[in-house]
Amino acid sequence: MATLTKDEIKQKVDELLDNYLNMDLLRFTTAGSVDDGKSTLIGRLLYDSKSIFEDQLDAVKRASLKTGADDINLALVTDGLKAEREQGITIDVAYRYFNTPKRKFIIADTPGHVQYTRNMVTGASTANLAIILVDARNGILEQTIRHAYIASLLQIPHVIIAVNKMDLVDYDEKVYEDIRRNFLSYAGKLDIQDIRFVPISALKGDNVVKRSENMNWYYGPTLMYILENIHIGSDYNHIDFRFPVQYVIKPQIDGYRDYRAYAGRIASGVLRVGDTIKILPSGFTSKVKSIDFYGEHLEYAFAPQSVAITLEDELDISRGDMIVRENNLPEVSQDIDVMVAWMGDSPMNIGDKYTIRHTTTEARCMIKDIVYKVDMHTLERVEDKSPLKMNEIAKVKIRTTKPLFFDSYRKNRETGSMIFINETTNVTVGAGMIK
Amino acid sequence: MKRYTLDHLRELETEAIYVIREVAAQFDNPVLLFSGGKDSIVMFHLALKAFWPMRLPFPLLHIDTGHNFPETLEFRDKLVEKHGARLIVRSVEDSIKQGRVKEETGINATRNRLQTVTLLDAIEEFKFDAALGGARRDEEKARAKERFFSHRDEFGQWDPKNQRPELWNLFNGKKNYGEHFRVFPLSNWTELDVWLYILLEKIELPSLYFTHKRKAFNRDGVWLAWAPFMKLKPNEEVVEMDVRTRTIGDIPTTGLTLSKASTLEEIVYEIATTRTTERGSRFDDKISDTSMEDRKRDGYF
Repeated sequence: MATLTKDEIKQKVDELLDNYLNMDLLRFTTAGSVDDGKSTLIGRLLYDSKSIFEDQLDAVKRASLKTGADDINLALVTDGLKAEREQGITIDVAYRYFNTPKRKFIIADTPGHVQYTRNMVTGASTANLAIILVDARNGILEQTIRHAYIASLLQIPHVIIAVNKMDLVDYDEKVYEDIRRNFLSYAGKLDIQDIRFVPISALKGDNVVKRSENMNWYYGPTLMYILENIHIGSDYNHIDFRFPVQYVIKPQIDGYRDYRAYAGRIASGVLRVGDTIKILPSGFTSKVKSIDFYGEHLEYAFAPQSVAITLEDELDISRGDMIVRENNLPEVSQDIDVMVAWMGDSPMNIGDKYTIRHTTTEARCMIKDIVYKVDMHTLERVEDKSPLKMNEIAKVKIRTTKPLFFDSYRKNRETGSMIFINETTNVTVGAGMIK
Repeated sequence: MKRYTLDHLRELETEAIYVIREVAAQFDNPVLLFSGGKDSIVMFHLALKAFWPMRLPFPLLHIDTGHNFPETLEFRDKLVEKHGARLIVRSVEDSIKQGRVKEETGINATRNRLQTVTLLDAIEEFKFDAALGGARRDEEKARAKERFFSHRDEFGQWDPKNQRPELWNLFNGKKNYGEHFRVFPLSNWTELDVWLYILLEKIELPSLYFTHKRKAFNRDGVWLAWAPFMKLKPNEEVVEMDVRTRTIGDIPTTGLTLSKASTLEEIVYEIATTRTTERGSRFDDKISDTSMEDRKRDGYF
């Protein structure tokens, strides 16, 4: 560093900032059963991409010795909590960050035991890609199908099936091909645009970041190559303008006594100054006077920007209202069909009441019917009105205390998702995707 | 196609602002935890953006260990005055005087753990129901498991094994009386993100972050600042060095970086090429491998 002049450093940092601002962000989630080697895979990705700092590596080495391992245990890079290290399992969703010169990555590492559905749905709700691990020795398990189904239900556009522990099956092409074929036989029941397969050994490093020399029969890219190069379009719907009002800004200071702005994050679509808008539920219309952001007046704004909107007319608007365009309205209803992934310790019954959160609205709902459950072995719909237990997925009919403004989840993740909250414990017990 | 996309620093910014506004909307009496370090300064900046042109709808809370760098306090007071923010200071010194905590003794004594009691007492005193903090998931392995909205029971404790699932960006701030939330809008930021954002937004920082001459000594490989209350071991020698801080805690916990970086660009260059994490020089994390998790369970920041 001593050899660079101030100007050279400035130039280098400008380049860095420029590069950095042009990097896209890939959010991915990893899923697998217990012992499929997920933590090892993440440790391997971080280690081989040189994203582990020296002091972290030292700590992992120290901890590896403590557990009696003779080699560095890459899984310890991600297992953060005391109990996780002691028991050698991952307990809760953990988030990891790393970048290569091409992309910045956020990993949601979701553990595969007891609360597997809850964890995977949590990780998947913000992901553009899912890596599903399969142990080459065990092949496709019920868990694998469940994970793929959740990826499909949550509308993750890309899924990679990583066939791990190839070193333990002598890097046998036939094992890999059988797993691939077996998985594809389920694919017809899934709604995933892009499925890929990679044979790897996270432990030995085959095809994770470096190409394997043990599997010359595999001509495809490494896992890292896919992560760095897969095309990720915008996650956001830029067609249907939806602005859930989050907070009303009314400054009590001189110069701004008459200022009133509606703050929020654009859920989808694009808004321009001068646009005619409609407010739900009141139905009043007005025009956009300004789009403000920290003293700046923007000409237009788009999802997912956080902005503040002022209108030409003085209207009574509050949190939970939605600003939309007159000729492009969301659905408005109190009777809604929702696919629900249940996460609560106590089951969901027909007739139960829950608090729900949807965009910036809070309401209550009653479960009117369980239309069908999804059988996780076959992915068939099963008519079953019994209470919905933890890790089960069903289509339910709900009735809300007030009308919601929504779109189908397929069309709009932001206005099509909701959570269910237990009114006694305040705990989030269900994830809902509007049909 | 690039027209309607945000670069990823702006995406992090927009996410953080969304979370901060959500706190103001969902809670009756939130507070922003302010340490005078770069993350809390970025938080303050984002909060100004979230509510412009309003004044902040919540006060700042500083837990003063009594061992702070004077530069931090001076910077804090100027910032608060400039933006007409409300500042509440509660001090570990008072907690000691009131007998709420007992000062640690010995050579490595710090007031780091004691802060937790002062913090929880302040939360109870003012009945704060949400405390915004600048912690990031990339900082430390226990923090990697933290939610944006992190529930604390009536004792202020964190139960990492029993956290609420957090789905999409639908945050559940429901709680019973006496419980509170810690909220971390910078969860998805990395250290480099924070520095580049500071550079991009031209955010002012305390002078401690830039190189300066300071009396320091080396303890177990970490450079610490000398101050009259710091006890030295016989083999430790105070020398004047060119240093800067990479994180700011109080004097006993802040490891110094030997550096001649005098501009933001030089700091960013240093960060981008360095091979240790910023908490690598934090004395409070070195106590044991799970010291952050242990402190967080108790109600630490």
